[in-house]
Amino acid sequence: MSDTIEVEGKEYGVDEEGYLANLNDWVPGVATVMAAQDNIELTDEHWDIINFLREYYEEYQIAPAVRVLTKAVGKKLGKDKGNSKYLYSLFPYGPAKQACRFAGLPKPTGCV
Amino acid sequence: MSEVVKKFMYLNRKAPYGTIYAWEALEVVLIGAAFDQDVSVMFLDDGVYQLTKGQDTKAIGMKNFSPTFRTLGDYEVKKIYVDRASLEARGLTQEDLVEIAWEDFETEEEIENIVEVIDSARVGELMNESDAIFSF
Repeated sequence: MSDTIEVEGKEYGVDEEGYLANLNDWVPGVATVMAAQDNIELTDEHWDIINFLREYYEEYQIAPAVRVLTKAVGKKLGKDKGNSKYLYSLFPYGPAKQACRFAGLPKPTGCV
Repeated sequence: MSEVVKKFMYLNRKAPYGTIYAWEALEVVLIGAAFDQDVSVMFLDDGVYQLTKGQDTKAIGMKNFSPTFRTLGDYEVKKIYVDRASLEARGLTQEDLVEIAWEDFETEEEIENIVEVIDSARVGELMNESDAIFSF
């Protein structure tokens, strides 16, 4: 049995861990709905990371491990954001895992 | 760090598609990179095709994962070797291979391309120096 989430009146398939089944299905509303399920209201700071992850995936075909994400964010968005404290404050369930889920990406490689 | 750092070599001998070896090997390298060991990745035989530029997998319905090799630098894998004889036997040169950059975010030291084409004697030396070789 596969699960779905409803976004703007449309059903989207998700896997047993809540990751979007089809990456190409993603619309920003998916992130908003998934975040609401985790009791998070997305701010511009969240969107910076979500968009960053989608760009990273587009370029490298992989969701980065958290260590790599932290470094890459620091480089792109500034050192004050390239640390796990900042990222965990935005995504308490783990920046790579949770933010990747909101971004419609698969679970990051190297995530245990 | 007080722990002993071991030299791990990942040996890639197979073409990128047709079997799952190449993709699995890359995943293992990326996951293993988290353990702060001395990692090198070696491409030999048909494995050299894994690094070729301009791959298009549409017709075979597989994900083109060749762009993922370019993240190796981000994962702190700094030693990537390609056997020259294997390249030559397939009519390839370093020009046909992707470039992988590495940058130290602290010092901003940068290496534009860490892919190194080496001769067979050096391949043998590097294998001998390794504590463990994972062959794919």
